[in-house]
Order: sequence, then C-alpha cells, then structure tokens
Amino acid sequence: MRQQLLYLWLAESALDAEAVAWALYDGAQGKGLALPKAKDPATPPYASGLAALEDGWCLLQAPQPGAPVGPEGASLGELQFQFIFERRLEITP
Amino acid sequence: MEGQRHRLSTAAMADFVADGFLRFDALIPEPLNQAALEEMKALAPGKLRRTLHGLGGRAGRLERDIEPQESPESLTPLAACYPAPSALGAVLRFPAVAGIIESLVGANPAFDHDFIHHIPAGAPRGQHLHVDAVLEPAGQAFDIQLFYFPTAVASGGGGTRFVPGSHLRRARAEGIARYQHVLGEQHYSGPAGTLLVFHQGLWHAGQPNPSAEDRWMYKLRLNPREPQQRLWNTADLAALHNDPRDHSFAHPGGDTVAQRLRRMAPWQRGHEGRYEQMQRAALWRYLTGDSTFDVDFYLTRQRVREGALGEAQR
Repeated sequence: MRQQLLYLWLAESALDAEAVAWALYDGAQGKGLALPKAKDPATPPYASGLAALEDGWCLLQAPQPGAPVGPEGASLGELQFQFIFERRLEITP
Repeated sequence: MEGQRHRLSTAAMADFVADGFLRFDALIPEPLNQAALEEMKALAPGKLRRTLHGLGGRAGRLERDIEPQESPESLTPLAACYPAPSALGAVLRFPAVAGIIESLVGANPAFDHDFIHHIPAGAPRGQHLHVDAVLEPAGQAFDIQLFYFPTAVASGGGGTRFVPGSHLRRARAEGIARYQHVLGEQHYSGPAGTLLVFHQGLWHAGQPNPSAEDRWMYKLRLNPREPQQRLWNTADLAALHNDPRDHSFAHPGGDTVAQRLRRMAPWQRGHEGRYEQMQRAALWRYLTGDSTFDVDFYLTRQRVREGALGEAQR
C-alpha cells in the first residue's frame, strides 16, 4: 500500500472555498494513479477542497478554529486554512 | 547627494508596502554588468568558503585568511563597502540604485551580509520556499535585500521564486517550505542589469536551472540606521496620501495610497485580505509618521472605541 498526499490551502475555512496554494507528494513514485494537475502549472489542481473530494481524495486533516482576533488585529503567519487529503493505492511489486 | 535625484516616488513606496518588492528592469547598463559579473565570479569561491566555514562552527584563521579586504564586515557603513575600482561598488553607488536604497533604508545603511548565488546550468534542485528574516523586529522598521542579476535570465532559467504580498506575515524561516505552489507567485526572469528589491520578510526560494546558461545573482541585505520616514521623493505625497476617511464601505478615495494598499495578491482572497490591509496601514504610518493614516477604517475604528472607553472611565 502506498499513500499519495494532497495539501490544499484554501482562502477560507470552508471546504468549498477557493484553493490558493497547493502541494503534492506521491508515495507510489509514479507507479499508481497519476497526480492531478491543471493545464496551467500556475493553477491549482483543484479549484476547491470540495472538488478534490469529488475526484476521489479523502480528507485526512482540516484546520482547527483560529485564535480570536484581538484589538491589535490578526497576527498573520503561515497560511491559515490547510486541508490535507490522501489516496491509498495498492502497488503490485 | 547624487542619489537624492533618483529617489522613489510615493506611488512606488506604496507599491513596496503592498507587494513587498520593487522591480527595476535593465537598471544597470551593460558595460557595468559585465564588469560586475567578472568580479562576482572572482569573489564567489571565497564567500562560499567563508560561509561554509562559519556555518561549520570553525571560524578562525582560515576565515580571516580568505580575501578579507574584499568582503565587507557586518555593520560596515554601505558607503565604505567595495571601494573603487570595485565594479560591485559601482553598482551599489550607481545613482538609480543609490536613490532606491536611500528611499527605503536611508543614505548610509549598515551592511548586513551579501552573497553571490550561482546556479550552474542544469542544476536540478531548487530551494524550498523560505524567509530570510528569522527574527522579526518588534516594530515596523525593516531591512531590504537587493537581488541584482548581471546577466539575462530566461524563463525557466533558475530565476528566484517569490510570493508577492507575503512580506508582512510572520513565519518561521522554513515553516513555509511546504508550499510547493502559491497562487500568484512569480519566477523571476528578465534582462541583464535588473534589480529586485525585497522587504526582508518576502517569501522566496532559489530555483532549479534546467537551462543551458549559468545563473548569477548578487544578494545584499542592508539594515536602516535612521527612522525610515519620508526618505523618498515626497513631491507627490500630499496628492496621494489620504486621511482615515478613505473607506471602501463609506467614501473611498480615488488615486490614493489607500487604493494601492487595497490591492491584494491572488492568494490573498476574501476577508483575510482585511488583516493584510491593517498590517500595510501600520507600515505606512511608520513610513510617513502619520499616526492617523488608515485603509478602510479598521485601525481608526479601534481608536474611536478607545475614546469611548476613556470617557466611561472618567
């Protein structure tokens, strides 16, 4: 069994929000399903997290609620809304 | 001072606050680019050896034996770095470059460090996305980093990858390594003599170079030694600078600084962009010394509320 991982960072905490950043890892080293990619390499492979679900990816992790914003405004750091998806593949040796 | 005639405009400064970088294509003329490239090739091995030696924790005689006179020490005033006839010095004192530096970090900032980035033709590996700042300052003061490309860099030729608008996010140096792609990121390509100027916090990474041409880049970090207030050419400041009533949900201004600071990068979608605006407004307050400046009333609203609290406590 091998795992393929898809990271999507969405514009909001909702799974159907737009993807703004992405990363892909292929534990099958190309021996399983081809990883998704858009025609334009500058475009995310899925427009939203929901689109990834609809294409067969399983949600592994969703972001926790963020800290309340205090009077100084939000402390901006890394991208807030990280969703991790996986596909598990049986690889024939 | 010569650089004063070449200082940035208010519009350019606002673009820097919004985007975290400025780009100047073919700023340095060709004869100087060639001379700078030759000097970079000569200096590169020594700088690399020194850095590797330092990172290995064995600083000492070997470090000091390598071209000590040719490489400035940290805290050296910029004006004393790379004296004539150095070609790199000529680039740094080129009037347009001097004007850019003076506008952002003053006429005589401190040399922090520099490095010569050489990505040979065919180099297969790139860096992960990272930020150089490591430790963010408590206030709004910022360093700049110059990225000077003495030769043309073709698309896909190992040009630096960077994420416009990322500079005001406080991230761990390599906490951002996981972002393989960010919507709206750029991969630098451009003509010889181009200068990129980054805010210290801008996310960036060196890229693989599958092309047949070596890629050379000189990077220099500078620390301001004076308040970074109104150091640019402020002739257009009164026309563009807005007061806190410039408010998208009430009466937005026209061609104002606020309008420039509202421009979001493609990855800055939705309401999260409002937090970016607040950060940018705070930086513009520092740069202008105007503690009432605002973009869309977020900071002003807070001040109005604090006034109400003060009244209640009397």
